[in-house]
Amino acid sequence: MDFGKEGSLSIEPLDKILASVPNAGFGDLIPILQKIQAAYGYLPPSVLMAASSRTGITASRIYGVATFYEQFHLEPHGRHTIKCCRGTACHVRGGRNIIRAISRTLGVEESETTEDMRFTFETVACLGTCFLAPVMMVNNDYYGHMTSNKVKDILERYS
Amino acid sequence: MTSLQEAFTKARIQWDKLQDSKVPIFFVGAATCGRAAGASEMLERLRGYIKAKSVDALVIEVGCLGLCYLEPLVIVHKPGAPRVCYGNVGPDEIIAILENHVLGNDPCAQWALGKVTAGELEGIGDFNEHPMLRRQVRRILRNCGLIDPENSYHYLARDGYRGFLKALEIGPGKTLEEVKASGLRGRGGAGFPTWRKWQFCRNAPGETKYLICNADEGDPGAFMNRSLIEGDPHAVLEGVLIAGFTLGASQGYIYCRAEYPLAIHRLELAIGQMRELGLLGENIQASGFSFDLTIKKGAGAFVCGEETALIASIEGGRGMPRPRPPFPAESGLWGKPTVIQNVESLGNLPLILNNGAKWYAQYGSESSKGTKTFALAGKVERTGLVEVPLGITLKDVIYDIGGGIPSDKVLKAVQTGGPSGGCIPAEKMDLTVDYESLTEAGSIMGSGGMIVLDEDNCMVDIAKYFLSFTQEESCGKCPPCRVGTRAMLSILERISAGEGEMADLDKLETIAQTVKDGSLCGLGQTAPNPVLTTLRYFRKEYEDHIEKCRCPAFVCSQMISYHIDRDRCTGCGACARICPVKAISGEAKKPHVIDQHVCIHCGACLSTCPDVYAAVYRRSGELTRYEARREKRDKTN
Repeated sequence: MDFGKEGSLSIEPLDKILASVPNAGFGDLIPILQKIQAAYGYLPPSVLMAASSRTGITASRIYGVATFYEQFHLEPHGRHTIKCCRGTACHVRGGRNIIRAISRTLGVEESETTEDMRFTFETVACLGTCFLAPVMMVNNDYYGHMTSNKVKDILERYS
Repeated sequence: MTSLQEAFTKARIQWDKLQDSKVPIFFVGAATCGRAAGASEMLERLRGYIKAKSVDALVIEVGCLGLCYLEPLVIVHKPGAPRVCYGNVGPDEIIAILENHVLGNDPCAQWALGKVTAGELEGIGDFNEHPMLRRQVRRILRNCGLIDPENSYHYLARDGYRGFLKALEIGPGKTLEEVKASGLRGRGGAGFPTWRKWQFCRNAPGETKYLICNADEGDPGAFMNRSLIEGDPHAVLEGVLIAGFTLGASQGYIYCRAEYPLAIHRLELAIGQMRELGLLGENIQASGFSFDLTIKKGAGAFVCGEETALIASIEGGRGMPRPRPPFPAESGLWGKPTVIQNVESLGNLPLILNNGAKWYAQYGSESSKGTKTFALAGKVERTGLVEVPLGITLKDVIYDIGGGIPSDKVLKAVQTGGPSGGCIPAEKMDLTVDYESLTEAGSIMGSGGMIVLDEDNCMVDIAKYFLSFTQEESCGKCPPCRVGTRAMLSILERISAGEGEMADLDKLETIAQTVKDGSLCGLGQTAPNPVLTTLRYFRKEYEDHIEKCRCPAFVCSQMISYHIDRDRCTGCGACARICPVKAISGEAKKPHVIDQHVCIHCGACLSTCPDVYAAVYRRSGELTRYEARREKRDKTN
């Protein structure tokens, strides 16, 4: 973990979170991490280290959990998050072409963020809106019946 | 018991009033699927109009009716007329319905799907006779789309919590007997008899016992649990109470995917309402039974659907499975006897208790009783959430309920059970949907994903797709799964790239068997199923890929080349402009050519070439394919 560059991050939100979970133990670790991510937008390693020293949960355990689950990310996200579905229904209706088209349009691979921090591109196992297949989401907006030719126009709506 | 009894009375009055409402009511399907289809914009417009014009009308957000392909759905109550369900209702349509039907005399039959209540209305038939609903038996989903999921009175008025009260009355022993007599089997996939799991747990020593509701629905293409929770959360929670009471558990957990924010919100609301009704906490309804519930949000790991991994996750660790025995029913959460039940299994319990085991078992086959929900999707006309009696044939589900395959294509296979299941070929469509016959065919019942595949789907690609999923989701703890899925995937990647050998097929089968036999948990043990079933039923397709270097379905992109027919191309230049790698060249109004060395096989030219020319064609091996007919899917955006 690189915890040099975030040294300036405020620990205040973390303290608030930990105050709401008195005597935090292992069982509280995932909810705590979810709250940290909600407050900071990601899991800054320096904050995780602080959480470790305040709760007594070892840093290795925190890191182990933070890297196991897909929801957690140790890097900041872009302003907009694209979630392209790679569920079965989307796949059989050409979802992979949409993933490729997004990747080509943005010049980033899955789980990467564009350099200008505009987009983070994720794929998800299933959005559960199979009747719209192939489908992608930008922030909270759904775009169904996608074709690769529509990708560029849609992404241009988000600055 | 007074306060609950009072609530029952009030609920009845409120519900009856709603049925005979003197004020028009709009029941808008606003579950996740409805919202994705545009229900939010429609609601906004409707509420805006009602406010601006001071129309006396109620708007109630309800769950999903299951006809997803017709979302957004609205049921309209007009005083004095039967209720009508409308489909594909956008912002303009809802205003038209309000103005013409509710405030006028035109029932807008052009958008109507059917009458939900009795009565005559010209040009509009019965909603229950809708082809997607006719063959369904909606028991678990009985309330979805009809009640306000955020109003506990609606649930109470529809026999809510009567099953739990019955359980309290007859005691845990008889409740277990009732569930045993019903023949209920776990709806999460494996189909283990529910009563037996309960009995193990009840017989396990120790005072403290836990019940976990597994709402970590992770199979791609499956959204049954989400719909049930969003549409009728109390039905699941009543099931939790019944199970908790029978087990003698004092604490229950609901482990729900964080990706289901609306479901979590509705569960939180409903749990609060249960507390107010005296259905949670100490000494519930003066029965001596004390029980509390906590929601645990999952953090995104498919393997956490496995019982022991789920337990590890609730305990705050990495969600990795551990060897069994001991089974969770003996030693589970924090080392205590624990029963883990799927959302739908729990949703069945109120029905069993309230109506009796005999009633429940009237549907189903010899060994599989009751009804089962399926998320029907893929290459099928009517996509949605359906509930059918077990024992129905696959053909009936796909053709009668699902309406068959779109665009005159030919059915190729049905995939059930998600990444743990398999592909059942078209010639086996007479197979009945029950635990045994699906297993015999090499697939599994699974939690309810049912994906229809047509001639344009490549079976090697499907196997590769599921395996790349399980390989990615493998937690890495045991080598057969970690290494085996990786090894199988690389063979499949080779085959689909045209670099396979015939010996690969035997190798695949051998590794698949090892992974099946040697993996620690269900994820690994079932991961080879998609490979094994496609090998079993579609071996020729694998051989085509290997020996003839062709993909008959034109899916495996590395085996396909794109070409322009000189006789058809008029040189309009549309393809050259869309090509992301500038592989297409040609003079204006002269036939264009694709540079095969530059082409990345994305298919943009094929989908761009105007239908009147259809000049772009594909080759795979010696096969050639022109796109004669193209689906128009642009209507939604």
